[in-house]
Amino acid sequence: MTGKRYPGYDVQSKRQTSSWNEPTRRAIDERLALPREPRFFNNLEWEILNAACARILPQPEDRAPVPLAAMVDAKVFSRQGDGYRDVRLPPLPQAWRCGLAAMDAEAQRRHHRSFVLLTADQQDALLHAMQRGELKDPTWGDMPAAVFFSHRLVNDITHAYYSQPAAWNDIGFGGPASPRGYVRLGENSRDPWEAMEAKPGLERKVSEVNRRVR
Amino acid sequence: MPMREHSDDTPVDFAIVGTGAGGAPLAFKLAKAGFSVVAFDAGAWWRPVEEFASDEAHQQKLFWTDERLCDGNNPLKLGSNNSGQAIGGSTVHFAMVSLRFRPEWFKARTLLGYGADWPIDWREMWRYYREVEQALRIAGPVRYPWGPKRPRYPYRQHEVNASGLALARACDALGVAWAPAPLATLSAPGEHAPPCVYRGFCVAGCATNAKQSALTTWIPRAIEAGAQFRDLAMVGRIETGYDGRVSGVHYHREGAWRFQRARNVVVAGYAIETPRLLLNSANSRYPEGLANSSGLVGKNLMVHTNQAVWGTMKDEIRWYKGPPSLAVCEHWNYTDQDKDFFGGYAFMSQGPLPAAWAATQTGNHGLWGQALVDEMEKYNHQVGLKIVGETMARESNRVTLADEHDRHGLPIARVTWSMDDNDRCLVDHAIRFMTDGLEAIDASGIWSESDNTAHLAGTARMGDNPLTSVINADCRSWDIPNLWICDGSVLPTIGGVNPSLTIQAIACRTADRIVALAKRGELA
Repeated sequence: MTGKRYPGYDVQSKRQTSSWNEPTRRAIDERLALPREPRFFNNLEWEILNAACARILPQPEDRAPVPLAAMVDAKVFSRQGDGYRDVRLPPLPQAWRCGLAAMDAEAQRRHHRSFVLLTADQQDALLHAMQRGELKDPTWGDMPAAVFFSHRLVNDITHAYYSQPAAWNDIGFGGPASPRGYVRLGENSRDPWEAMEAKPGLERKVSEVNRRVR
Repeated sequence: MPMREHSDDTPVDFAIVGTGAGGAPLAFKLAKAGFSVVAFDAGAWWRPVEEFASDEAHQQKLFWTDERLCDGNNPLKLGSNNSGQAIGGSTVHFAMVSLRFRPEWFKARTLLGYGADWPIDWREMWRYYREVEQALRIAGPVRYPWGPKRPRYPYRQHEVNASGLALARACDALGVAWAPAPLATLSAPGEHAPPCVYRGFCVAGCATNAKQSALTTWIPRAIEAGAQFRDLAMVGRIETGYDGRVSGVHYHREGAWRFQRARNVVVAGYAIETPRLLLNSANSRYPEGLANSSGLVGKNLMVHTNQAVWGTMKDEIRWYKGPPSLAVCEHWNYTDQDKDFFGGYAFMSQGPLPAAWAATQTGNHGLWGQALVDEMEKYNHQVGLKIVGETMARESNRVTLADEHDRHGLPIARVTWSMDDNDRCLVDHAIRFMTDGLEAIDASGIWSESDNTAHLAGTARMGDNPLTSVINADCRSWDIPNLWICDGSVLPTIGGVNPSLTIQAIACRTADRIVALAKRGELA
């Protein structure tokens, strides 16, 4: 469970320290225990969503992947809104249902097969075209492909990802910090309960330090 | 200390809708003056120590996440940095930056040639700023570099983190002043609260109560003074009596609609919910909504442009430590030379948490896939300068009612906002200036964020003419003498600073004015 820049660092090793209060432990436990099976999406949508997640947020192979599709499913299932809706988008569930169907229709139109069966390069090309607003299949209806791409596809997947301890490990984020907080605020200064960054040649030593972070 | 309880059927002196920066100080001061007060909030009454996680995603429970429709050329992104739903309102998750308006802004039309003049003199506002700064024990520098001389802040300034020191070095290189930001979080122990521990989750709610939010300051004092607060109480409609005056509020609580009788109603729901409630309260006598003879309710919506310039440093910055904006530069608020735009802007150092930083990278930088992952890995080396930029009031930027309804059956708000040429010139100026700053401190990979806003104001503006404003200087409706509006929507201009201190100052002044009017028998 270690990234390359912060080898050996696991933010969850601080779980029983004064950096994690009880509400934090409960919130993270709940997130990690999320059901892995879809409750909102049907089988085909679920496969398309999983394929899209793999391209929007490719994950390191040396650790268990964050279940991104399940997190998106949970958000849509519980209709957990963001507090605003661009008027060009339908409500959350309809936007996702329509967007995934349209992605598959675009794949069929370009390659005569499902988005799920495309190569990674083909999927990326299609996603880039979506980002640029070049996709116009009638399945999109009134929803502009580019708005779905930025507001739903990328937004919902990346928000899910960066709420996960595994993602915090990769970027060296200190993670939960209440009530202990931090003492050393200046440049190049780390508290003993923060990740140490690996400089070239020092990975093993840094890894040992990071394994002791509490 | 038990909270005083009022019955729905006995009219209270003041029913206040909203418990944030506007409603909370008002509830405190009115209760202290002896008025009976009930304050309503659609949100929950959180106990931070027991119920706040150190977690961005979980703490979205503090935001107003009910549906709102956004359109215009630059549809707003609401929810996080501009809307709260809790006892204490958005102050529960605000970034605590507590700046005064520049004196000239209160006469922006006359002295600076844009916007509208306020009906309140700057010296009076500055006295109320002082009152709020004392009440919140603002931590700030001994000498503030801009504007008229002001007394020192009640608490000493906070230590400036590496992110803030980057701003300081950029300002030094550009030849402009900078200052440790005056912040509403304790830099030393307070009466019932510990000092800030620099955990950096401020905009997700403070779990240690160092933050001087309405929830931890005005509201406990208001309860002690006899005010009642009702949480999870969504006010859907203000009732009007035969005499044309308001008679109370319909609110939804514990599964049922109830009616609180009141001699006065204060709307303090911020710049979207306030006009929404006034418009939703339309009746045969006031078909265009309450307090709306000017037709201005919902119009002149202003936001702050919130653009930024980002870069990567060789040094480790670790901007997640400490309040997000520990250093500020107000140079372009107080300088009028070499500007090709009206208005001003402050810029501040930054410390976004991972999901917020990822949203910046995806939304504004357009990154996804491996490019996003690679960029995110530089998290601990990032610095950024971000503006709070003044925008111009225009009637076409507005809040109206949409055709869709919420879970209470109330029409939801449609929020329309477009930048104008002046707004764009200001942003371009800021981006040029801040880019020079980051280049001067040898940041690499500098890029600018073009599309972001924060804060809201202006949809029920105050003024001294009933034809061109919704309320007078006392926050009293021109049309209905026992209807008051007291929140960010009353601001005629938004200035180039975060609005919370100004809203609280207006609320403190309004309370004093109400007490004075009552003494003269003019409350009726």
